Amino acid sequence: MSAPSPVEVEPDTEKDLVPDEVTVLATPWVTIVWNDPVNLMSYVTYVFQKYFGYDKVKAEKLMMEVHEDGRSVVSTGSREEMERDVQAMHEYGLWATLSKSE
Amino acid sequence: MSGFTRHRRSQRVIANFTGFEADLLRSLASQLVELLRNESAVPREDQDPFEAMMDFSGPTSEPEDPVLARLFPTAYPGDEEAASEFRRFTEGALRDGKAAAACTIIDTLEEAGLPEQLAEDGLMIDVELDEPTAETWLRSFTDVRLALASRLGVEEDDDDYWLSLPDDDPRAQAHDIYAWVGYLQETLVDALSG
Repeated sequence: MSAPSPVEVEPDTEKDLVPDEVTVLATPWVTIVWNDPVNLMSYVTYVFQKYFGYDKVKAEKLMMEVHEDGRSVVSTGSREEMERDVQAMHEYGLWATLSKSE
Repeated sequence: MSGFTRHRRSQRVIANFTGFEADLLRSLASQLVELLRNESAVPREDQDPFEAMMDFSGPTSEPEDPVLARLFPTAYPGDEEAASEFRRFTEGALRDGKAAAACTIIDTLEEAGLPEQLAEDGLMIDVELDEPTAETWLRSFTDVRLALASRLGVEEDDDDYWLSLPDDDPRAQAHDIYAWVGYLQETLVDALSG
C-alpha cells in the first residue's frame, strides 16, 4: 500500500461549471420495475421492503403501481446507484430498467 | 403439503416435503443450473479465436433463449450501447448467483436426506432453513417460476385457459407444477415476513 502524494486541490470547482453541465449532473436517474404475469404481489412487496428498506405501506403502494399501471419508479439517484439497483432487481427476478428521469 | 412456516422458538423456516415433492424440486433446480451453464456467458462464435481467448468479460447481447432473456433483461431499453455495457459487467455475476442459489436448494434437500435416486415409499424430507438460506430459496423459486412460465407462455389472468386443458395434457401438468411452486413461494414470503 502506498500513501497518496499531496496534491493541490482546486477550491470551488463548482463555479467553473457552465449552467448546462450543472443541469446534467443534477439530472437524476430512475429505476423502473415493470409488471410481469409471474411474480407474486407479496413477493414484489417483500423485495421492495427488503432491498430498499421501504416500510410496508410504501412497498405495497409501489407494488400496486407496478400491478395496475404496468410500471413504477422505485428509486431515484445517480446513474451508478441506479445500475446497482437494477442489477439487484434482476437478482430478485424482477423486470427492471433504468433511464434518465424526465 | 402445507408449505413453509416459521418455527416460533428457533425462528427457522421449516417445511416437510414428501420424497416425490423434494425430488421434483431438486429436478427443477437442476434444470435451472443446467440452463444457466449451458448457453454460457462466453464470447460469441464470430469472434477471432485469439480475441476470444483474451476476452474475460461477459456477453454483450441479449440471450437467444427466451427464459434466459427474461432472467437477464435488457437494462437500458432504447440504448443498445449502454445495454451491452451493462450486460457485459453484470450478466456473468447474475448467472453465477442464480446457479449458486439453485444449487443451495439441491444441497439442502440432499443434506436433509433426499437420496440420489428416489426409491423408498413414504420418505419425508424435513427442511429447516436459517433466514439467509430461506431468502436464497425464495429468489431461486422466482427463477424456477420465471423459467416455467416462459416455456409455458403464461400470461396475466389466464387461469381459466389452464383449467380448461384436459388433465392428461402435458402442458396442464407442467402448469400444475408451476402453480405448486407459486404456492410454496407464497408461504415462504409469508414465513419470512412474519
